[in-house]
Amino acid sequence: MIRLKDVEMEYDNGTRAIKGISLTIEDGEFVFLVGPSGSGKSTIIKLLTGEVEPCRGRIMINGFSVSNISEKQIPLMRRTLGIIFQDFRLIEKKTVYDNLAFVMRAVGASPKEIKNRIPYVLQLVGLEKKAGSYPTELSGGEQQRVAIARALVNNPNTIIADEPTGNLDPERSLELMSLLVKINQLGTTVVVVTHEKDLVDRFGKRVVTIDSGHVVNDSVGGYVGGSIHG
Amino acid sequence: MAKHDIGYFAHEGLSNMFSHGFMSFAAVGITVACLLIMGTFTLVAVNANELLRDLEQENEILAYVDDSYTETEAKALQTTLEAVPNVASAVYISKEQAMEDFVAQYPDEDMFQDLDPEILRDRYAIKITDLEQIRQTKETVEGIPGIARVNAYEEIAGGFITVRNVATVICVALIVILFVVSVFIISNTIKLTTFDRRDEIAIMRMVGATNGFIRWPFVYEGFMMGLLGAVIAFFSQWGLYAAVTRGVDNNDTLQLIHVIPFQELWVPVAAVFAAAGILIGVGGSLSAIRKFLQV
Ligand SMILES: Nc1ncnc2c1ncn2[C@@H]1O[C@H](COP(=O)(O)OP(=O)(O)O)[C@@H](O)[C@H]1O
Ligand SMILES: [Mg+2]
Repeated sequence: MIRLKDVEMEYDNGTRAIKGISLTIEDGEFVFLVGPSGSGKSTIIKLLTGEVEPCRGRIMINGFSVSNISEKQIPLMRRTLGIIFQDFRLIEKKTVYDNLAFVMRAVGASPKEIKNRIPYVLQLVGLEKKAGSYPTELSGGEQQRVAIARALVNNPNTIIADEPTGNLDPERSLELMSLLVKINQLGTTVVVVTHEKDLVDRFGKRVVTIDSGHVVNDSVGGYVGGSIHG
Repeated sequence: MAKHDIGYFAHEGLSNMFSHGFMSFAAVGITVACLLIMGTFTLVAVNANELLRDLEQENEILAYVDDSYTETEAKALQTTLEAVPNVASAVYISKEQAMEDFVAQYPDEDMFQDLDPEILRDRYAIKITDLEQIRQTKETVEGIPGIARVNAYEEIAGGFITVRNVATVICVALIVILFVVSVFIISNTIKLTTFDRRDEIAIMRMVGATNGFIRWPFVYEGFMMGLLGAVIAFFSQWGLYAAVTRGVDNNDTLQLIHVIPFQELWVPVAAVFAAAGILIGVGGSLSAIRKFLQV
């Protein structure tokens, strides 16, 4: 479960990115986080991953209190999250297989666990034939699916994606979003930041709208009002 | 740490090392230089010390007894001499005994055969504990009533002591400087690797790798550079030492100096080199990754 209570966050240069947000996301939910560019969506993601700290309020993530977490607990908290970025962030000199093996090893998986887990995850994202390919040999949509596989491979409780379709054409975006919905149906909580209105409308999921560091709408269905270009 | 992790860290560390061939080469090279200079000066100091000890054992102060003293009076000086600080032993030698020893050195020369012992003096052969204080000890012995004259080869002793002290000072200074330089260069080599691997490091952090896990490959990299430096330095030191030993043995004037064979020294040399190399390598890597691991 993710819970933000009266959270405020200010960057070192004085930009007040989050101005008092309260938000609860239950286990197994699928949530779109939408809003114009610069409204604070990425900052919320960074707060969830512990990359930045709130200056006020409390944040709970999968049993960890992020607002006063100890140095030692941060890695453990991050293991409950799978994170996906707009720019994929794959390691270009590693094959698809090695990109996944690398993050499993990083959290202490044994060679046997790695060998068992990777084929399953690659098959889930439809890339079982691409295990030996390098990221540069794949299309954007395929690369993003590798990133999803990597986010899933350590079996996190929650997937967090920041504009995962930002670099993809509409067909690939739809495929990718459907894949995230499928993953959600397998039991993983999914939080997706996006500004693609058509996609959001199509899925009829919970939509949280952010504007200028505030939650301005939280409802099931489509986009509500305002500019959606971001 | 699981067993499969150790192999992984070692592999990553090694491939890091090879990905910066030139910098790694420079880092290992400077470590070798550091250890070699440290080793050479230390070995010179060890040999000088050994020579000093020989000298301390062979070099006696001769204290001549006043001619007016009877044999009984002369023998009575023994306790006074032995009470002098830094005197290890004082052995009484009568003039008759001294004459016999002297003549024995020239068995073939007739001219010494019927010398009168009266031309020699009774004397004490004094051995001292600390050669560095030979001058004070000589002066104290000279001040004892009944001692007419004292012979000591303080200049020779002084020369050796100076060599040893200078070697020690230069040695310590050079070791400190080179140690710092080595750590600095290894640290920078590893910083390059961390820069190359910043994407991987970012992903490892993102998926929840511990700082320890992220750190290990870099520590291994430093460890292996230090150890490689130590191994190369050890064999270079061995070759250098053997060459110098051969040179000393073949030189007519230097032949008198007994050089300690490397066989008697290689164990401590290897141990110190390995320890210092590893210290330099691991120190360098820890200093390189100290910063970037703070969240
Ligand atoms: N690292 C940063 N330092 C300073 N200000 C930042 C930083 N990142 C984002 N901001 C500012 O914080 C606000 C929210 O940004 P962000 O969360 O990235 O918005 P979004 O993802 O919704 O486009 C913006 O005004 C942005 O300029
Ligand atoms: Mg953003």
